[in-house]
Amino acid sequence: MRIGLSFHATLVAAAISALIASGASAQQPLKIGLIVPMTGPFASTGKQVDAAVKLYVAEHGDVVAGRKIEVLLRDDTGIAPETTKRLAQELITNDHAEIIAGFGLTPLAFAAAPVATEAKTPMIVMAAGTLVIPSKSPYIVRTSFALPQQTAPIAMWAAKHGMKKVYTLVTDYGPGIDAENTFRTVFTASGGTVDSARVPLNNPDYAPFIQRAKDDKPDAVFIFVPSGEGSAVMKQFAERGLAKAGIKLIGTGDVVDDDILDSMGDPALGTITSHFYSAAHPSAENKAFVAAFEKANGGMRPNFMAVGGYDGMALIYKVLVKTGGSADGDKFIAAAKGMSWMSPRGKMTIDPETRDVIQDVYLRKVERVNGHLYNVEFDRVRDVHPDGK
Amino acid sequence: MKPGSLVQNADLPRYHAEVAYLRSLAAWRPAEYVFWIAPILLYFLFPRQLVLFSQVAIMGLFAISLDLILGYAGVISLGHAAFFGLGGYAAGILAQQGWGEPLSGLAFGGLTAGVLGFATSFLVLRGSDLTRLMVTLGISLMLFELANKMRWLTGGADGLQGVEIWPLFGVWRFDLYGRTAYWYSIVVLFLSFLIIRRIVHSPFGLALRGIRENVRRMPALGTPVGRRLVAVYTIGAIFAGVAGALLTETTQFVSLDVLSFDKSAEALLVVVLGGAGTLYGGIVGAFVLIVAQYLLSGLTPEYWQFWTGIAFIALVFFARGGILGLASRMAAVLRRILGVV
Amino acid sequence: MLTVLFDGIATGALLFMLALGLSVTLGIMNFVNLAHGAFAMLGGYVAVVLLKDWGVPLLWCLPAAFLIPAAVGMVLERTLYSRLYGASPLDQVLFTIGIVFASMAMASYFMGAQHQIIQLPPFLGGQFHVFAGFDVGVYRLFLIGVCGAIALLLHVVLTRTRFGSQLRAAVDNARMARGMGIDVNRLFAITFAVGSGLAGLAGALGIEILDLDPTFPVKFMVYFLIVVAVGGTGTLGGPLAASLVLGICDVAGKYYISEVGAFIIYTVMVVMLIVRPQGLFGRPAVR
Repeated sequence: MRIGLSFHATLVAAAISALIASGASAQQPLKIGLIVPMTGPFASTGKQVDAAVKLYVAEHGDVVAGRKIEVLLRDDTGIAPETTKRLAQELITNDHAEIIAGFGLTPLAFAAAPVATEAKTPMIVMAAGTLVIPSKSPYIVRTSFALPQQTAPIAMWAAKHGMKKVYTLVTDYGPGIDAENTFRTVFTASGGTVDSARVPLNNPDYAPFIQRAKDDKPDAVFIFVPSGEGSAVMKQFAERGLAKAGIKLIGTGDVVDDDILDSMGDPALGTITSHFYSAAHPSAENKAFVAAFEKANGGMRPNFMAVGGYDGMALIYKVLVKTGGSADGDKFIAAAKGMSWMSPRGKMTIDPETRDVIQDVYLRKVERVNGHLYNVEFDRVRDVHPDGK
Repeated sequence: MKPGSLVQNADLPRYHAEVAYLRSLAAWRPAEYVFWIAPILLYFLFPRQLVLFSQVAIMGLFAISLDLILGYAGVISLGHAAFFGLGGYAAGILAQQGWGEPLSGLAFGGLTAGVLGFATSFLVLRGSDLTRLMVTLGISLMLFELANKMRWLTGGADGLQGVEIWPLFGVWRFDLYGRTAYWYSIVVLFLSFLIIRRIVHSPFGLALRGIRENVRRMPALGTPVGRRLVAVYTIGAIFAGVAGALLTETTQFVSLDVLSFDKSAEALLVVVLGGAGTLYGGIVGAFVLIVAQYLLSGLTPEYWQFWTGIAFIALVFFARGGILGLASRMAAVLRRILGVV
Repeated sequence: MLTVLFDGIATGALLFMLALGLSVTLGIMNFVNLAHGAFAMLGGYVAVVLLKDWGVPLLWCLPAAFLIPAAVGMVLERTLYSRLYGASPLDQVLFTIGIVFASMAMASYFMGAQHQIIQLPPFLGGQFHVFAGFDVGVYRLFLIGVCGAIALLLHVVLTRTRFGSQLRAAVDNARMARGMGIDVNRLFAITFAVGSGLAGLAGALGIEILDLDPTFPVKFMVYFLIVVAVGGTGTLGGPLAASLVLGICDVAGKYYISEVGAFIIYTVMVVMLIVRPQGLFGRPAVR
């Protein structure tokens, strides 16, 4: 526990010394603060992550390296970074959490980073995707993904398949801008041209933007939106007749999020995206994961947010085994670097340099399998670094 | 009015009596001394909730600034967060650009908000209540959109990164436990309160109350209504800006929600909950609202929003004076029961 | 370009129907009902529930989307609103904000926080291509038709019926109208109900165009207020013109200068109010 020098009333000093004493003695429960949006516009992210975390603990038991794991779930509503920061602070100072995890969106991760640095607490980012997040604190490790990593493969695929002009439409915040920049860099490197527009994060109205995209007469429209927004975009795409006008829809996997894909219906068929996770990934680990997840959550299909949560817990468990149960910031991070294992998504590694994920990124197409819509993988790029290379 | 100029000698006794009466209104009551000792007690009783109490102090200051224009001058504003947010971003951007000294950040925040307040006060003067509502709302929404779009300046939807505040007076760091932040917020609140209290208990403050009660009559008394309103609106904006800057400095982060309609509505609720036109109402309301939110944080946000709505409605029908109004009514009843004058 | 104009007109028609109730409320009783959007939201969610859970075809949902908010409006008006007619503007603002928050919370709790997506019946979907640069959305055409028809109906009621002339009298000078024996309170109850019902209908029609989610009342509060402030409260034509202009500006702004977006609308409003505080068409209200 971090202790500040104080001249407080004896009460407080006594309490603190009691804490030191208990900390020095035998193994006590290890508390993990899980801060995700459980309500508000990004609630689907929180629900997926929370379900995955619970699943992991249920499957692997709640004792690791002699310590009992306690996950403290906190709802930060997803729209107030101040709240995320305060929750992180309280989890560490009041609840004595030794690890904080979750972080459903970039602004939330940004807000919590200084807290992790000051408290020297490991911070596991399980969802947010902007490239620079791990650099905001030396104690951050990410188990989700980075947008450039997800965007580069589809940009390369588009260039290879004869597309000359693409219109990019992204949400105006960290990950969206990452996606737009990466797509432009990669696509124009092979001689194509890119026009772009950004949709506001709060209260997006896709209709005018999709109309503009159509009027631009590109070969394809590249879309990035936060997890859960895909339905609205797909609807406008169909309404405005872009497919009929010969414009293909491509993007990162966020727009065909497994969580809502099935409800999008036929307009989604044929959409080609690149992403690190599909619920239809044909590996034994994934089949077991999906089956267990659906069983424990009333048929809810896991999406890439869930996998980020699942692997976040996997990382924590594996590191704790390596450090003998210590969640000390520096020890934890040192042990996490370079760690590699087989996840439901495929193989993943924690890059020692950036503390971010190196993983395979797949190219997939939306197809109907057994009556339901899935992202079926047809190609892959191996060991893609967070910056897309 | 100096004796001997416009006041006839025969009127002097009455003049002195009136001045004494006005002074008595401004005198400090025992309850107020008790009130300001409370923060010291809180520090020792609840050392782990200092972050929470800092937020109470900040919201309290914001509410007081709104009370000034709402409770004293009768201007209904649905967009007071414009000043709060502007002050917050001003202080944040200043720190981000390399100047993280806290006190000058506060001043800068207050100043920029004050400039905006002054500039927009002319709009507030014109038109009916509806127009005023819309103008205040419109300006805060405009500012929100601006901040949203100007990513290069404000960080947009991601919030402002890299806000580093230097230690206060070079000595006290803004630490994880919120100790520095707590004392800093309390002292700023107290000093601001002193200033505002002085304003309110001056002839200027009386003129404001006159304007609130009967704006058509005031010019007949020789009060330049327009100028008074501009002045009070600007002062309200300044202190809202200071509160916003305080928030940025204690959390070392600022994002779009400081400019949102929800923020303005929250301030409105806090003022009315505590009791408009009393100054202390703002602090009381802030304390009750934020602590209740914290204690009930297990409840989903939907519950919270619902009961906030019901609170607004209930306040209108049952408790127009807010908590302090209820308290003073109860005190009056008690006094009658106990037979004390 | 013409597509944008057409889309703007559709949005404007919708806004007109949304804001009409507020305009009349303000005109007669000088009551600023900030909660007007909540009735629109209610109508929208009624339609969603009927469409999705009960499988009722869209066209049949519309009457329900009118009637239920109208009924709720009537009840609320008789019980709560009527007590505040003489109250201070602050009381009215607080009260209506309270209703807004309570309704938003209920919507979020029962219906979830996401945007509601509905499937249009096939005959209303898609576009048809008139000529290059001008695609007409079938649904938007339908919208304009419905709103136009209702506007016409309202015009007839206002100018040709006794109720209409009583209403116009009350808007012009409520005290005088009372003096003439017109039951202004009853008039107002009916008008409030109809206005809320219209808002609900517009809310249902607008799910496709305006995005229905629990933050609807706050999101669109400004739009209603702009329409009423700019268009004035005494006429039908004023709010109509204001809505059309606003709708076109909004859509065009988002299309052509998306970097700036909603900022334009607010600036226009503030400038307008500086120049003409009583609106473009309004007459200073006589209480």
